[in-house]
Amino acid sequence: MASDVTNSDQNKPSNLGKPIAFVLLAIAAVLFVLGLLDDYEGGLAIHPMDQFVISPLFGDTLNWYTPTNSTLWMALCVIAIVALMVMGTRGRAVVPSRGQSVAELIYGFVRKMVEDVAGKDALPFFPYIFALFMFILLSNLLGLIPMSFTTTSHIAVTAILAAAVFLTVTLVGFVKNGAGFLSLFWVSSAPLALRPILAIIELISYFVRPVSHSIRLAGNLMAGHAVLKVFAGFAGAMGAAAFAPILGIVAIYGLEVLVSVIQAYVFTILTCVYLKDALHPHH
Amino acid sequence: MAETAHNVASAAHGGEAASGGMPQLDFSTFPNQIFWLVVTLVVVYLILSRVALPRVASVLADRQGAIAKDIAAAEELKARAAQAEEAYNKALADARAQAQDIIAQTRSEIAAELADATAKADAQIAAKAKESEVRIGEIRAGAVKNIEAVAKDATAEIVTALGGGKPDAKALKAAIAERMKG
Repeated sequence: MASDVTNSDQNKPSNLGKPIAFVLLAIAAVLFVLGLLDDYEGGLAIHPMDQFVISPLFGDTLNWYTPTNSTLWMALCVIAIVALMVMGTRGRAVVPSRGQSVAELIYGFVRKMVEDVAGKDALPFFPYIFALFMFILLSNLLGLIPMSFTTTSHIAVTAILAAAVFLTVTLVGFVKNGAGFLSLFWVSSAPLALRPILAIIELISYFVRPVSHSIRLAGNLMAGHAVLKVFAGFAGAMGAAAFAPILGIVAIYGLEVLVSVIQAYVFTILTCVYLKDALHPHH
Repeated sequence: MAETAHNVASAAHGGEAASGGMPQLDFSTFPNQIFWLVVTLVVVYLILSRVALPRVASVLADRQGAIAKDIAAAEELKARAAQAEEAYNKALADARAQAQDIIAQTRSEIAAELADATAKADAQIAAKAKESEVRIGEIRAGAVKNIEAVAKDATAEIVTALGGGKPDAKALKAAIAERMKG
């Protein structure tokens, strides 16, 4: 009886979910346009890269410790993670609340990914991988809020994330397997004559990993945000005909939400693949 | 806010020009970004590994335990229900058997009583029949004696009437007894 009541209560908002999402997307598009009109100085002056400029929050000088807009959005990302994973699970309920369900869902998703891709012996690295996933996911999603700053669109950030994964994986590989880790580059299933050539290719691909790992993430987010800004610039310059680019913005915005989640997933699953190579280097 | 953003943006244009127009390649911001990123990652890692992940793991384990416990309890209740049903069936069968016993016992008792009563009635009937026979015998004897007396008187009268004189009582009696036998 009680569960029936709560079920019908929960159904109502989910029926309203689609219209609400559309309204939010429309507001996002309008805010993007307004944000651009703020910069608009006549003519077709589109500055799609201005949104990535790092500026100090206070004053004009930029030292290594200066809090910047990037710092602000990293802090908001931490707050979002705390809200979801700590506040959301505060009830520790056997029958979870909505927030706790989401936290448990993400936990189960990442844990299963680590177990399936990297194996059970990779579970000590689960908190590390989970932290990477949460940071990237929430940074990407927070970056989609109009007027916000996308920390993961900067190569400096993603390069550090990828380098950390690269160093961890390489260290783990040598610590767990010793010199045996080098067998990752020696393809024992190939004909002997081919093996040295393959070894060079494997070695190059190994060192290209952190580059592709970092540029994939930053590139995807930067491109998406820049495209949104360009469309917003068209809208600002077209007057009454602006509805066409605004429709385009709404569509691209939906795509960008997808890209945000998929890129966080891709970064994490590649981390798991690299970790699997480090734990089991034999082909 | 918009004003300052605008100022900073136009101020940053100078730096951008040097790095090909991409703020991403403005290396002067790298130390700042890297420092704050490391701080953020350490904080996120500590919060997740110390607080959030153990909590979620314990909640999931608790749920597994609760589900397993509930299933075990349901299993036990089911076993108990089966046991109760078995006991009920056994009691039913016992009661039925007892009823059969009682019926058989009662039937044999009634049969015995009936046989007893029949035997008693037979005995009574036999006694009555005997008594009646005795009385019939007596009546018959009485009747024979009367007939003897009547025959003696009638014979004496007839003999007298025929002119034979008074007949000898002894001879008369013998002759009548002789006739009555035949």
